[in-house]
Amino acid sequence: MSRSFARWPLRLASLLACLLFWQVAASHKLNFGLFTFTYVPTPGAVLDAAWQLLASNALLAHLGSSLSRVFAGYLAAAVLGVVLGLLIGRSKWAEDTLLPPLEVLRPIPAVAWIPLAILMFPSSELSMVFITFTGALFPILLNTVHGVEAVDPRLVASARSLGAGRCAILREVVLPGALPSIVTGLAIGMGTSWFCLVTAEMISGQFGIGYYTWESYTLQNYPDIIVGMLLIGLLGMGSSALVKRLGALATPWYRARRSS
Amino acid sequence: MGRYQQAPTPGRIEAQGVSIRLGQGREAFEAVQALDFAIAPGEFVCILGPSGCGKSTLLGALAGHLMPAGGQLHVDGQPIDGPSPERGMVFQHHTLLPWRSVLDNVAFGLKMQGVAKPERQRRAHEMLQLVGLADFAERWPSQLSGGMQQRAEIARVLINHPRLLLMDEPFGALDAQTRSRMQELLLNIWTRIRTTVVFVTHDIDEALFLADRILVMSPRPGRFIEDLRLDFARPRRASLLTSPAFTHLKRHCLALLRHEEGRELPRLTPLGLPDSDPPALRIAL
Repeated sequence: MSRSFARWPLRLASLLACLLFWQVAASHKLNFGLFTFTYVPTPGAVLDAAWQLLASNALLAHLGSSLSRVFAGYLAAAVLGVVLGLLIGRSKWAEDTLLPPLEVLRPIPAVAWIPLAILMFPSSELSMVFITFTGALFPILLNTVHGVEAVDPRLVASARSLGAGRCAILREVVLPGALPSIVTGLAIGMGTSWFCLVTAEMISGQFGIGYYTWESYTLQNYPDIIVGMLLIGLLGMGSSALVKRLGALATPWYRARRSS
Repeated sequence: MGRYQQAPTPGRIEAQGVSIRLGQGREAFEAVQALDFAIAPGEFVCILGPSGCGKSTLLGALAGHLMPAGGQLHVDGQPIDGPSPERGMVFQHHTLLPWRSVLDNVAFGLKMQGVAKPERQRRAHEMLQLVGLADFAERWPSQLSGGMQQRAEIARVLINHPRLLLMDEPFGALDAQTRSRMQELLLNIWTRIRTTVVFVTHDIDEALFLADRILVMSPRPGRFIEDLRLDFARPRRASLLTSPAFTHLKRHCLALLRHEEGRELPRLTPLGLPDSDPPALRIAL
C-alpha cells in the first residue's frame, strides 16, 4: 500500500507537466508546421468557460441527460452482452447462428449508425441511447464469450461428478468462472459507451455534454469545446473506475489469489 | 463419528471386453483394449502403469466422462451412463471452485442434492474435521497448500458417500513428505468411510503401500498384465516401505514395468486427450 502512495507525486507531476506544456504552447501560439496551437485556447480561458458553465446552471441539465443516455444504453448492452455471450460460449449452435451477423455489425462505427438510428427509433432520445448501446455491446459480448470458453473443462467435469445439472453448472461454474473476463468487458464497454456519446448527441437538439461540445464547435466557442472534452474524459474515467471497483467486489477470490 | 461407520455401501465393478477409443479420424487409437476384470465392494485397488498407458482413460470411463467404444462396464449391475455423485473423482490437480470457500466447496454435493444450508454446512464441517482442515473452512482454495487442496477435494467427494472413489494420481504433484502423509491419511479415512477405491498411479511404492490389490497395465493399447493381491497387515505405517516382503514385491513390479521402457507416451487424462494445441490468440474488442 505505502508503495502506491509513494507513486502519487510522480503521477501528479506528470499531469502538471502536461498542463504547463499546454499553457506555454497555447499562450505563445506555437506553430509546429504539422499542427498549430494558434486557435487552441489557454488553460485559463478554459477554466473561465468552465466557471461560466457551472454558474449558468445548464450544467446539471447537460450532465443529467448525458448520464441517463449513457447508463440506459450501457445497462441494455450489459444485460444483452452477458446473456448472448453465455449462450454463444456454451453452445456451438448459438455460436454458428448468432456470431456471424454480430461480427458483420461489430466494425460499423457509431457515426455510421446515426441516419439509421434516426429512421428506426420513434424518438431522438431512444436513438441516442441506441448509439451508446452499440458502443458498449461488443466489448461486453466478446469478453463474455472469451471468459466462458476459457473456463477449465475439469471444473465442469468435476461439478458434473458431484451431481450438478445443466443449470447448476451455468450458475455455479461457468458464470463465476467467466466473471473476471466479464468485468473486464464491462469496464471496457463503459469507456466505449462514453466514446460514442458525442456522436449520439449530434442528434440531440438541446442537452447533453456531447451536444454542448458539438454546439460549441459550430458556434466557435473554442474554450467550451475543451470544457466538454474534459468533462467527458472525467466522467468516463469515473464510471470506468466505478465498474472496476464493483467488479473487484464481485470477484473477491481473484484478489485473494493475487495477494497470496 | 458414528455416521461414518455405517455398513459399507456396495461398489462392485464388473468389466467385460472394455475398449476405449480416443482421438478423431485418422489419429484415433485404442487407449485400452478388451479389459476384463472385477473389483469387489470395499476393495482398495491400485492401477499401476507407465505414463500414457491408458489407466487414467479407464478411470475416466468409470467416472462416466468417457464412453467405452466396446464392451460392458457395470457398477452394482448398472451400466455407467454419465457422471454421477455415486462415483466420485479426484484429479491430479485439484478442481475446487476458486470462487467458493473451502467449506462451500465441500458442501457443494449436498447443495446439488437440495440439502438446506445449516445442515450441509454442519456436515461439511464434520468432513473437514475428518481430513484435518477444520481451521481452514473459510479460506479460499487458492490460499491452501497443495496437500490441503487435495484433502479438501477428497472431503468434497466423500460427503456424497460414493460407491466408488476414483483417484487419478491424486498425490502425484505433491512433495515426497506430504505425499507419504497423505497416503496414511487416505488409508485412515478409508477405514472410517468404506468405499471401493480405484487409485491410479505410476509410483510402485505408493501402489504397494496403499492397495489390497494391484492391477498392472501395459501401454498402448492398455491391457492388464498382472493381478497382484497384497496381504500386508493394516493399519499400515511408513516402516512397511523397508520390510523385506515389500522390497521383494517392488522388485517384481519393477521387472514388469521395465520391459516397457524406451517408449515414452504423452500423458492421457480422465477427460480424454490432453490439449496439445497452444491456445489460440484471443482478441476481445
